[in-house]
Amino acid sequence: MSELFVGTIWPLFELVLLTLLIVVPLLLAVAYLTYAERKIIAAMQLRQGPMFVGPYGLLQPLADGLKLLFKETVIPTRANKGVFVAAPIVTFVLALVGWAVIPFGPGLVLADINVGVLYLFAVSSLGVYGIVMAGWASNSRYAFLGALRSSAQMVSYEIAIGLVIISVLISAGSLNLSEIVEAQARHGWYVLWHFPMFMIFLVSILAETNRHPFDLPEDEASLVTGYNVEYSSMAFALFFLGEYANMILMSAICSILFLGGWLPPLDIAPFTWIPGPVWFALKISAILFVYIWARATLPRYRYDQLMRLGWKVFLPAALLWIVVTSGAMVALDLLPK
Amino acid sequence: MTIALFVFYVFALVTTASAVMVIAARNPVHSVLFLILAFVSSAGLFVLLGAEFLAMVLVVVYVGAVAVLFLFVVMMLDIDFVQLREGFLQYLPVGALVGLVLLVELALVFGTQAVETAAVDMPPTAPPGVTNTEALGSLLYTRYFYLFQTAGAILLVAIVGAITLTLRHRPDAKRQDISRQVHRRPSDTLEVRKVRPRSGI
Repeated sequence: MSELFVGTIWPLFELVLLTLLIVVPLLLAVAYLTYAERKIIAAMQLRQGPMFVGPYGLLQPLADGLKLLFKETVIPTRANKGVFVAAPIVTFVLALVGWAVIPFGPGLVLADINVGVLYLFAVSSLGVYGIVMAGWASNSRYAFLGALRSSAQMVSYEIAIGLVIISVLISAGSLNLSEIVEAQARHGWYVLWHFPMFMIFLVSILAETNRHPFDLPEDEASLVTGYNVEYSSMAFALFFLGEYANMILMSAICSILFLGGWLPPLDIAPFTWIPGPVWFALKISAILFVYIWARATLPRYRYDQLMRLGWKVFLPAALLWIVVTSGAMVALDLLPK
Repeated sequence: MTIALFVFYVFALVTTASAVMVIAARNPVHSVLFLILAFVSSAGLFVLLGAEFLAMVLVVVYVGAVAVLFLFVVMMLDIDFVQLREGFLQYLPVGALVGLVLLVELALVFGTQAVETAAVDMPPTAPPGVTNTEALGSLLYTRYFYLFQTAGAILLVAIVGAITLTLRHRPDAKRQDISRQVHRRPSDTLEVRKVRPRSGI
């Protein structure tokens, strides 16, 4: 009995505990990301932002969550019920499972798998299903149009992201996220070597998470709010949480691939006092700030311009960069053994 | 029962059940969704076998790209579900026959392989400590290099064929020419004239 406990049940229990240790702070971060977004945009537009619920409006995200929780769940009569209910759950779960392979510090990772980058790529490519299912199951024109736009957009920008990742992989010589960060300790951050790719990645993750200025799927002026127009209460909240958790996940991937993950900017005294996970969080926050900054400053792209940017600009540029990177590495004999 | 065995049975059960549902579901969109579930759970089976690279590629390529397009097409089609069901019993014997032939062929292949493994030219197995990706890469780019390149060339031809079949030049469509817009100067389009009152230009 005790052997069964030590051998089987305890590791499972430990796994659940570690998962909660990631998911709970993540949900808290999502809640306060919405607060930060409102405050930063307000500051950029010379407004106050939320300021009445709690000191400086700090309890506003909790109040919003409670409000959504107590609203009535409406399922349209003509909706395809099973798929309609499954869609927000799929979106939310997929936004969480990616975190399993993210290293927060040296050795601080739930699952240190050898194909970490591919896993993240697979999870993010599944994300489109939540949206397509929602759009189709709602049985509503606006929702379906939003879903169609969204999936075309996500499929297009995934290709750009995949090609950008390849040049980083060639330099690091591994698909393991921890090893990619450790390679940057030796080579210097890849944002220095692959700066054009960093810019392409940054713009592509805006499009991949359907954020401004590429938020055509929920273009409120022409599609009401797109794929989630028929959703209410917690079902809507799950989409919302999923979108923000995805933003944080993409920022985390970006900081691992280009900004050296948990590494301090310089490996000398005052910087090394701060622990790795804190550096990681700071880098994620910096990229999230860019997300919000773009939302406050840029007008929405037109759909054909969005597609042109993905297929005719980013795709050839990323392909060219792969050729340049691999050519240079072979010529200078820098290839990782 | 170990955890790995339990997980294997869960994945195997989900894969088979969703594969059955692909043909049993009344709604074609549900069929595609079950197909996706079957893909994902067979990726789980690959992971249990230790073929993690193949598992991820299966999800990225089939689920992330191919099935999305498939789902698109099925969603856009205006299908009469009742009419679709009608021919089911009529075609059942043919389907069963094809299934039987496949089963016998598979049994023959595995039967001969079990008897004379040495006769088959098996690819070398990777030494321990080499990751999946490395092992596959070093096989594909050395031993099977020409086959790999041929497969790539065939896919390229398919792409070119698909594009030529669907490409139409529409002279009436208005397109944006970015470089023309960028190179436009005020002197090309603007002209300042003095207009005297009560007389046109």
